Amino acid sequence: MSPSATGSDATLGGARFGDRLFKAALTLTALAVPVLLGFLVFELWAGSREAIGEFGLGFLTSSEWDPVEGRFGALPLIFGTVVSSALALLIAVPLSLGVAIFLTEFAPMRIRGPVSFLIELLAAIPSVVYGLWGIFVMIPFLRATVFPFLKDTLGFLPFFQGPIYGPGMLSAAIILAIMVMPYIMSVSREVLLAVPNTQREAALALGATRWEALTGAVLPYARSGIIGAVILGLGRALGETMAVTMVIGNRHEIAASLFAPGYTMAAAIANEFAEAVENIHLSALSYVALTLFVVTVLINAAARLLIWRVAQGGGGKSA
Amino acid sequence: MADAAVRIATERLSAMYGKSTAVKDVTLSFAANRVHALIGPSGCGKSTFLRAMNRMHELTPGGWITGRVLLDGQDVYAPGVNPMQLRRRVGMVFQKPTPFPTMSIFDNVAAGLRVGQRRPKAELAETVEQALRGAALWDEVKDRLATSAVALSGGQQQRLCVARTIAPQPEVILLDEPTASLDPQGTQRIEELLFTLKQTFTIIIVTHNMQQAARVSDTTTFFYLGGMVETGATRQLFTSPAREETEAYITGRFG
Amino acid sequence: MNRAAARRRRSHFMVGLMGLAVVLAVLPLLLILGTLVAKGASSLNLAFFTKMPVPAGETGGGVMHAIVGTLMIVGTACLIGLPLGIGGGIYCAEYPGSKLATVTRFVSDVLNGTPSIVVGVFAWTWIVATQKHFSAFAGSVALAILMVPMVTRTTEEMIKLVPHSLREAALALGYSRWRTSLTVVVRTTLPGIVTGSLLAVARVAGETAPLLFTALGSQYLSFDLDQPMAALPLVVFTYATGPYEEWHQLAWATALVLILVVLVLSVAARLATRGKFRQNG
Ligand SMILES: Nc1ncnc2c1ncn2[C@@H]1O[C@H](COP(=O)(O)OP(=O)(O)OP(=O)(O)O)[C@@H](O)[C@H]1O
Ligand SMILES: [Mg+2]
Repeated sequence: MSPSATGSDATLGGARFGDRLFKAALTLTALAVPVLLGFLVFELWAGSREAIGEFGLGFLTSSEWDPVEGRFGALPLIFGTVVSSALALLIAVPLSLGVAIFLTEFAPMRIRGPVSFLIELLAAIPSVVYGLWGIFVMIPFLRATVFPFLKDTLGFLPFFQGPIYGPGMLSAAIILAIMVMPYIMSVSREVLLAVPNTQREAALALGATRWEALTGAVLPYARSGIIGAVILGLGRALGETMAVTMVIGNRHEIAASLFAPGYTMAAAIANEFAEAVENIHLSALSYVALTLFVVTVLINAAARLLIWRVAQGGGGKSA
Repeated sequence: MADAAVRIATERLSAMYGKSTAVKDVTLSFAANRVHALIGPSGCGKSTFLRAMNRMHELTPGGWITGRVLLDGQDVYAPGVNPMQLRRRVGMVFQKPTPFPTMSIFDNVAAGLRVGQRRPKAELAETVEQALRGAALWDEVKDRLATSAVALSGGQQQRLCVARTIAPQPEVILLDEPTASLDPQGTQRIEELLFTLKQTFTIIIVTHNMQQAARVSDTTTFFYLGGMVETGATRQLFTSPAREETEAYITGRFG
Repeated sequence: MNRAAARRRRSHFMVGLMGLAVVLAVLPLLLILGTLVAKGASSLNLAFFTKMPVPAGETGGGVMHAIVGTLMIVGTACLIGLPLGIGGGIYCAEYPGSKLATVTRFVSDVLNGTPSIVVGVFAWTWIVATQKHFSAFAGSVALAILMVPMVTRTTEEMIKLVPHSLREAALALGYSRWRTSLTVVVRTTLPGIVTGSLLAVARVAGETAPLLFTALGSQYLSFDLDQPMAALPLVVFTYATGPYEEWHQLAWATALVLILVVLVLSVAARLATRGKFRQNG
């Protein structure tokens, strides 16, 4: 190729051998990641084969879940997953964006680091601890105060009717909101930090208030990155297992009321997998896992793409 | 100057980054035990030229060369030459001091010795001391050899890098703007050092500072747009340059 | 004039609202930590750490079996996951333009977003179903799979922070590529790699979902990775969802221990890198 490529002598051979060995060892470890993914997809598919053959895509639209009869449909699980995650985002997005914006644009320098550290600690709390807290502290509180209030004031809506159990869709959504908030917060904070200062200063120089500079200049610039952060949070919420299992009520049902118990894909796998005896039951759960996997992969890929676009755009525009 | 033997030379050396050529067709020879300065405006290919001489250039993605570099008459790009051994014979000091942050002062100087053949401990300590003395740093650090190298001042760090480079006893030392990040005092120490170092080594130094070139070097070569424009004894090149571009540059009309 | 004042007021109002969001966001952390201490601390005594569980309904007993189990399962996961993750990260940083690096980077991001329960199903299908029995080892594999992509990405990011000039300086001394990489680049960034690894350990130490149908949990002290084994998060789950008041009590105490472990690891992770930055001046 290039004239600088050279041959080898004895000592040279030794050095080159070390480099080759080094690269070979690293290549093997680097290969592990894609190989694992390929293997994971294959095993999930192999595990679901029976259920895919039996139910096909109808699995995703059927509401039946009868392990005794061997009939399975994942619609209530998909419904529960989507509704709980969407509600969680509804609560978490304004909060986390507020925090992220406050911490990057308005807060005194001194408190920025410590506060974001505290909120990021929330992400370190294990899911099962959230579940424990949810069962014994949050649900009793919600059942005694917030839920009755919602029923009294918004009871004319179908979402806030029916008996209040405690565990249910809304409880799950609230605990999910607390859990995904640190992710959305920290990613949008990074995105906002990547917005060049010239954007802010240009707006302020034109006489805008700080709020107007934010909405007029900073947020438009960071928009796709923030959307990416939200989608990343969505990916987390969809796959969150333990806390949801512990507070959602675990019932294969589609109910209009947010007080009613529900189920999610991840929770169903967690609860039933170890106990399932029939092959078709295991296979159906595997099918659920495969579906969940595909959905989260698509969602994460979309989020990465958006965040990456801001990073690129930021680099280009500031140059 | 003609009496001294040629230590390292280039023959029609061109250095490329992918498709773009940074150094064009340079033929030069550098006599032993002299300080040779390379000057020229920014981007004219001085660094690239320097890095082609110890085969660092080929480590840059897309970097390749044509032509030859002769060290003691032998082509360093010939098949069978081990670039790692070559770099032990042609040492290099960079613009910013680059001490290894996790190593002590002693280990920094010994770093280049440890890749060669094994040496007894006593000999290693002896060589490190010689190198530190050679770099005029021994008296300042002899009591803290085991402490971290990053605690030294910038000028001391750069002399440490000189010590690290001379410890394996190279034949040629390439310096790429070694004083660019130093204060005047640090700069002076390095310049003084060059006078003693040239007793032992052949020195090629890239500099942006024309006074520095005039002060320290025996010969000066002017690069422009990737090509070698003029080379000669330093005094002559600065007092009566043969080429118009050279005169324009040294009188500060461009670059 | 009036409009300007209104605009300013609006600006102040929105900023105040966001300050309120900060309070709301920090509140759960304080509430959770507060409850954990209030409800769990009283049960933390020597017996808790050194005794085995007692039959349901009786008071007393400890979670020594789960402490040992978590140490063994997470330790094994580290033995598998850290070398793969660190190696992959070094590869991506050393050969950044290569196709494999691009693929590994992308796949790591994908796996990072994969729900841990899905990884549990994978470990079940791969190991438990083949061996036809639950095993702690299958749990370790699941945790290792969660660790690898995290460690790969942080290792690469950390190595990228090492200035290129340092690498060049080593190469100019006649160092071979592997030597440069290991003794200079990786050595310099070691605190960062330790940070990344500790964070990964902290994250998987609290994972429950991937252990549910791999390590399964157990009432007994076991050192056999080929058998079901207890783990702290599993104990929290079982006891929290069980019917007995004594169990709930133990769940709180175990959760407190678990969170202390996780927090200590997270803080240690931060300290590891802080030391590095201080050293670099
Ligand atoms: N890694 C690289 N890839 C592509 N082109 C490069 C690279 N490094 C340098 N060049 C180009 O090669 C030419 C010579 O660069 P070089 O660094 O050798 O100049 P220089 O004379 O040392 O400049 P300076 O005085 O600023 O250090 C320049 O045009 C530069 O843009
Ligand atoms: Mg240069």
